[in-house]
Amino acid sequence: MKKVQAINAVKYLLAIVISVIWVLPFLGIVMTSIRPLQEVIYGWWNVKPFTPSVTNYVNAWNHPTAPLSQGTFNSLLVALPSTLIPILAASLAAYGFARFRSPLVTFLFILIILLMALPQQMIAIPIFQLMKNLNLLNTYLGLIIIHSAWGLPWIIFFLRNFFITLPIEIEESAKIDGASDFVVFSRIILPVSWPALISSIVLQFMWVWSDFFLALILIYSPDKLLATQRIPLMRGQYHVDWGVLTAASVVSMVAPLFIFAFLQKYYVRGLVGWTTK
Amino acid sequence: MSFFHHQNQKRRKNVKITLHQLAFFLPALLIMIIFLLYPVLNTLWMSFFSEENQFVFLDNYKNVLSSKDIINRKGLTQGFPMGALPHNFLWILIHLPFTTFLGLLLAVLFKDLKYNYIFKSAIFLGMVTPMVIGGVILRFVYEKEVGIVNAVLAFLGFQTHTWTAYPETALLSLIFGSVWLWTGFSMIIYSSGLGNIPKEYYEAAAIDGATPFTIFFRITIPLLKQMTVVVVTMTILWELKIFDLVYVATMGGPGGASNVLALQMYFYAFRQFNFPNSSVIATLLMALTLFVTIPLIKSSLREGK
Repeated sequence: MKKVQAINAVKYLLAIVISVIWVLPFLGIVMTSIRPLQEVIYGWWNVKPFTPSVTNYVNAWNHPTAPLSQGTFNSLLVALPSTLIPILAASLAAYGFARFRSPLVTFLFILIILLMALPQQMIAIPIFQLMKNLNLLNTYLGLIIIHSAWGLPWIIFFLRNFFITLPIEIEESAKIDGASDFVVFSRIILPVSWPALISSIVLQFMWVWSDFFLALILIYSPDKLLATQRIPLMRGQYHVDWGVLTAASVVSMVAPLFIFAFLQKYYVRGLVGWTTK
Repeated sequence: MSFFHHQNQKRRKNVKITLHQLAFFLPALLIMIIFLLYPVLNTLWMSFFSEENQFVFLDNYKNVLSSKDIINRKGLTQGFPMGALPHNFLWILIHLPFTTFLGLLLAVLFKDLKYNYIFKSAIFLGMVTPMVIGGVILRFVYEKEVGIVNAVLAFLGFQTHTWTAYPETALLSLIFGSVWLWTGFSMIIYSSGLGNIPKEYYEAAAIDGATPFTIFFRITIPLLKQMTVVVVTMTILWELKIFDLVYVATMGGPGGASNVLALQMYFYAFRQFNFPNSSVIATLLMALTLFVTIPLIKSSLREGK
């Protein structure tokens, strides 16, 4: 018994040490963001003197050339519709993939999986030209459309994998009673699918919030830039202003951290189910 | 349940779908055809045409693959920059085994610990971080004065410098930094896989007197095979597509020493406006990602039947 206890103690010690090492860089940006630059210039781990202040946060929030306040607002403006639109379209299609059988459906499903592997670079130039022709360049509508399209294959795949695990007997008896496919979908399937729908919402929101590449090629007016686009612009001219940069990083992580803290179950389930079955 | 499911599918096999049912696919299909499929074909098309819009077939591919930005022959023997393509391969070569094994080991280590969600969350933090911020943090930890990496090295008596600013170390420091960011992925996938292994297997092995070592290699690893396929596939995809992290941390520099394919595509397309060359890189990237996805497609189709 003593041996088991000793092994357990070593395990806990190891787990604690590794976790602390893993979190150190995050602790570093937090420690740097809440203190004046001259205190941390030779390392944030020197805690004497330690003068906490919100100056860096205020400066990042009201940055003269790239205010994060506007960036955060813009990011939300893009992320919310970009999350809801694809989930509506994807849940319909996913039900079709889960229940309807024909060679055409199988072919389309292979296409969906191929699209999942696509690098964004493969659509970048035509998307740029298309949006230019549609007068949607440098508009959020254009970016929202692309994010919706980009999220579709993933969400379809995930929801389809969820729908095929649902027992089919209830649907069949509803159909015998004369219910149409759409009624079955909206009255029977959707009400029991909310855990999967929340998982999709969480993952798609995180993805859109973190996106940089699509925003980089489609949005360029200074006042329209998203949060992720503003952070690289905050470096400072002659030296890197770590205080402002780290404060901006912390602020931009609030939304993902918040979601992770409160919707962790759905996030992890989504990530696991998103990729496996 | 799977029995009924199976029967049901047999019954419906080869039944034509009705127009009514086709409507379920319509909104998603329209959006994907216009904004994903058409752009893909357009990029593929552009990769075969010169800047003067002449059909040149594979000439652009020859140009790109012989360019120093993509493969730098001298660099391959004499050090960085080696070119974007070898850089991506190096990324896979180092990052894939590190994150996969580390994630597995951590999942096993945390498995039976109380409050293990705290440890898991600590490791997983990097996965929640937007990669732009990941890039900022990597610059921060490798910096000469403020960076903690140098503080540790100085403490151990090594020389310090800003690791991301020198050609010899820029790429490698980003690769190891990305190990830190991505290990949470394999840990979480393996954790969920470990949870599905019946306890009886371990109990039976323990009764037979198997060592923890044997149990790990004879029970744990074989039973996690499906998880490993997913982790390896998704990780290679991530390594091939890496962009934000490099853009923010080094911009591919110094002197292209940490350049990667996705970033080079961006430079060709939106800095030099060389659409043929950038289309070639995008197409090559897609070919690589599709190749990597084949096992995942196979397993998905098997399950669908």
